[in-house]
Amino acid sequence: MAACSKRLDKFIVSLRLLRNLQLQNERFLSTSVCRLAPDNDSKPPKFVPPSKPVIVDKTQAVKSQRKFLSPEFIPPRQRTDPLKFSMERRDMVRRRKVLDIPEFYVGSILAVSMADPNATGKINRFAGICIQRGGSGLGATFVLRNIINNQGVEICYEMYSPRIQKIEVLKCEKRLDDNLMYLRDALPEYSTVDPEMKPVPLSSTEEVPVNKLKVRMRPKPWSKRWERPKFNIQGIRFDLCLTPAQMEHAQKWAEPWREYDMLKEYDTSELEKQIFAEVQQEMKK
Amino acid sequence: MALPWLSRSFTGLLVETSSIIHQRTFSVSAVAAAIQKMTRVRVVDNSSLGNTPYHRPPRVIHVYTKNGVGKVGDKVLLAIKGQKKKALIIGHKMPGPRMTPRFDSNNVVLIEDNGNPTGTRIKVPVPTQLRQKEGDFSKVLAIASSFV
Repeated sequence: MAACSKRLDKFIVSLRLLRNLQLQNERFLSTSVCRLAPDNDSKPPKFVPPSKPVIVDKTQAVKSQRKFLSPEFIPPRQRTDPLKFSMERRDMVRRRKVLDIPEFYVGSILAVSMADPNATGKINRFAGICIQRGGSGLGATFVLRNIINNQGVEICYEMYSPRIQKIEVLKCEKRLDDNLMYLRDALPEYSTVDPEMKPVPLSSTEEVPVNKLKVRMRPKPWSKRWERPKFNIQGIRFDLCLTPAQMEHAQKWAEPWREYDMLKEYDTSELEKQIFAEVQQEMKK
Repeated sequence: MALPWLSRSFTGLLVETSSIIHQRTFSVSAVAAAIQKMTRVRVVDNSSLGNTPYHRPPRVIHVYTKNGVGKVGDKVLLAIKGQKKKALIIGHKMPGPRMTPRFDSNNVVLIEDNGNPTGTRIKVPVPTQLRQKEGDFSKVLAIASSFV
């Protein structure tokens, strides 16, 4: 046993020696380049500055990998000269180069800082849930809603207004509907947003999640009859506030032939691709 | 012996009546309308006149503008608790110009005839556009708790 351990010790020592040798070798190799150089020619080698460190700012939002074109770029279906829309697009791109207008959807939580000559500190920051997006071209708007001191407040922002200083997306998500105006008639907890909320990160390649939340409503009367088929609302718990008979009655206003109206067809997929390419090219300039 | 049954039936009755009361049977002012005569308003300061319950909501009986339509910063005359009282509009349901707040209720603060507010605190956010309106609202702005 003792002999064995002695042998083992010897082996370890020899290993250590070997490692030392290796280390020396490494050192020798690393310095050899410098030593060899003056031997070949008398001139000292040209100074090569070390490569610049690449500083990755983790706080900055990573450029999204999702293909997203803001809906206001799509011109409405009408007979206006397309030149008007292309000129507007150019101005929109110019504004977007200065102000970062992020990707957001109805149902996302945003915070907007805008210049306000009347506010204390000249800057007005308002956070809320986006309940509607409207307008096309330079006149595009979005409505933010929040409840402050038990008082519902909505602000309609012009996206390309020079007064807007910063648009932050605190939480990027979609909801079941494209218009959340029914939050006015819903219980207040559904439109309450903490203004000091920390931004919820969303990876740049991930799909935007859909929040399948269904809201409970205040008792009728509402500002609009949301159960009517015209609105096609998915995000309301109608079973809690209306009887099946009432839901049946609302179907009286259904217009099922509308979806077959060929005059109202407007396929924007081709147009969208074209405008997306144009905008990408313009943004790179 | 019949007491528990009785109490249960009573509670059921109470629940039923409360649900009936919860449903408003009367009509309310249209959403997209600024303040005009006969508009019901909400008094948002802490004055005793505006906060004690009364069987009749405060109503606008006159708007001090040329066209009879009241917006933020306009003065109105209220019928409140059987008396006439002046008030200042500080928010309404009708959307105003872009980039200005729209409120879920028609808010007013009571003011004296000389323009001083009756209450000492405004409980809801006050629009900052009130500052640029002509007219001396500095005393009203001074009692505001938050701006939006």
